[in-house]
Amino acid sequence: MDGVVLALGQGFNGLSVASLYLLAALGLALSFGLMRVINMAHGELLMLGGYIAYLVMKAVPGTAGLLLALPAAFAGSALVGAAIEAVLIRRLAARPLDTLLATWGLSLILQQAARNIFGPIGVEVRAPAWMNTAVSLGALSLPTTRILIIVLCAVLLGGLALLLTRTRIGLLVRAVNQDRMMAAAVGIDVRRVDMVMFALGSGVAGLAGVALGLLGPVTPTVGQSYIVPAFLVVVMGGLGSITGSTVAAVILGLFSAMVQIFVDVSVSQVLMLVLVIAFIQFRPQGVLAPRSRALDA
Amino acid sequence: MHQFPKGVSRRMAILLAATALVGCSKDSGPVKVGVLQSLTGTMAISEVTVKNAELMAIEEINAAGGVLGRQLEAVVEDGASDPVTFSQKAAKLIESNKVVTVFGGWTSASRKAMQPVFQRTNNLLWYPVQFEGNECSPNIMYSGAQPNQQILPALDWAVAQGFKNYFLVGSDYVFPRTANLILKTHIADRKLATAGEEYVPLGGADFSTVIAKIQAAKPDIIFSTLNGDSNVAFFKQLAAAGVSTTTLPVMSFSIGEQEAQAMGPQLVEGSYAAWNYFQSLDTPENKAFVAAYKKKYGETAVVTDPMVHGYVNVYQWKAAVEKAGSFDPTAVRKAAVALADGPSPMGGVKFAPNQSLVQTAYIGQLDAAGQFKIISKSPTPIQPEPYDRLAFPGKTCAPA
Repeated sequence: MDGVVLALGQGFNGLSVASLYLLAALGLALSFGLMRVINMAHGELLMLGGYIAYLVMKAVPGTAGLLLALPAAFAGSALVGAAIEAVLIRRLAARPLDTLLATWGLSLILQQAARNIFGPIGVEVRAPAWMNTAVSLGALSLPTTRILIIVLCAVLLGGLALLLTRTRIGLLVRAVNQDRMMAAAVGIDVRRVDMVMFALGSGVAGLAGVALGLLGPVTPTVGQSYIVPAFLVVVMGGLGSITGSTVAAVILGLFSAMVQIFVDVSVSQVLMLVLVIAFIQFRPQGVLAPRSRALDA
Repeated sequence: MHQFPKGVSRRMAILLAATALVGCSKDSGPVKVGVLQSLTGTMAISEVTVKNAELMAIEEINAAGGVLGRQLEAVVEDGASDPVTFSQKAAKLIESNKVVTVFGGWTSASRKAMQPVFQRTNNLLWYPVQFEGNECSPNIMYSGAQPNQQILPALDWAVAQGFKNYFLVGSDYVFPRTANLILKTHIADRKLATAGEEYVPLGGADFSTVIAKIQAAKPDIIFSTLNGDSNVAFFKQLAAAGVSTTTLPVMSFSIGEQEAQAMGPQLVEGSYAAWNYFQSLDTPENKAFVAAYKKKYGETAVVTDPMVHGYVNVYQWKAAVEKAGSFDPTAVRKAAVALADGPSPMGGVKFAPNQSLVQTAYIGQLDAAGQFKIISKSPTPIQPEPYDRLAFPGKTCAPA
């Protein structure tokens, strides 16, 4: 009986971890799918979202603060993302290795900046008191925070799906994604689409940062601990595919939660890497292969 | 063989006299000591305050006339939270700056990286932090608690409270692993139960599974050797899962006044910690020490166990130098273990022959202000045991 409860609880924890991985990975999937750019500073956009949430909720405590923090973190990270795109990535996009190095350097600079401003020790985002409760389902108790993060992730996924399939910018994004040259040839402002998409991906990272802040401390290196799982999700999902990333995040989240019933966290991380490597051996294109000319070159 | 011309010997005599004069002036000039802590990087938050305490002791000693009539000159170096840097800076202090001794180190990794340097140069390191034992180098004075001076007294206290079922959670590195090995052995020896043992990587922030396992195992108390920011995530997620520190007590070995302050005291209020010093210790020596520190570093400054150990180290070194009548590291360490029990902010202390400190263990409970209410102390100062008798039978420190 205890075993069943633990397994069910771990199923829930797995979904909760999956939604965190997915929140962290969505922005990467968007920018990679569209621009074939690997943004090593993505984790620092998460961190930025976390610190914005900390500042907003320090000024306005309680539920109102949280409701303010979400758009503020989205906007803040999106703005910084747009700036990164305009100043750095746009100029280096043709040289993938340079982008990798430049964004990595940027990631180090942003980490040190956070260390100088907020100090090396983590700051705590004070969640509204009602979130520090758990919902009881029989013998199971599910923390409210984690339920909310799963909901946030689901809403965001739905929103992104609507945006990509039902709006004009979504149409443009899909066009650029499928064939950049052709899209440019028919008069789509490819660079503006790039920038909007990169900013959107960065904004999503900011929201992920708020979610992380609700669970743990926000530190200058908080992005680093999620960037590796996020890359794993993007790689396993099929580079650039949002549906693929979602499936991959759920697989990895559930896998790590279930494996942790038997081994400790350190070992489970090793096993997760082994799983992804083995998966890529058999299905190099990922869960869902994106149909895109962007990856042809 | 004919004799040297007179002029030459006269010139030599002058040269000799000049050398003696230079030597003489050197002997009355300041003597250099090294202070080596992380001033940057992830450990800086903890180590900068230890540096402050060590420098305060050096200044106090200088103001009172120095050591053997000579002023001290502190050479401060930054270990940068990186073991390799610690070993390079230790070599630099000893070989270029010619320091007679070094106060410093925090993580076991930094200590282990510096140890070969001190052995090669036959210099002496004064290490201020509690650690996992299992080491005794003649070139290190270990003033921080051995496992039997912090972890086992905490277990004694918990057993006396009637706790029977223990859950061990820690960061994944040498100190928690060794501490928990010792704890498990002693828990089994007392016919009590270890409900579970879990590790998360250093800096890990996801405790969903660990907390699920804790809820499934239903322990009486949690013993935590989590380090740094992981503590915030752990306490936060514990509270969010509906587990409060009043229904399930947590005993931490890495949360001091400063960590509690930085994490937000309300988050850890009511939880327990075991140390050899608390800022709230009610003795005249401690009150004077806390007042002096606050005067120098600000009213809001807090004082922690490793800081006091750093401060005590400097004074123990001074006493040992004066007893030996020399700054020679070998003479100093031999004199240090022969000193009488002396007063300090943490009570009476003295170094045992194994170069670890004899000290009292205290159990405290955190209040809403991030200070500890002392609820228990060991009846007498505890002799340090680098090798636990049950977990590592038959191993002892070879007399240095």
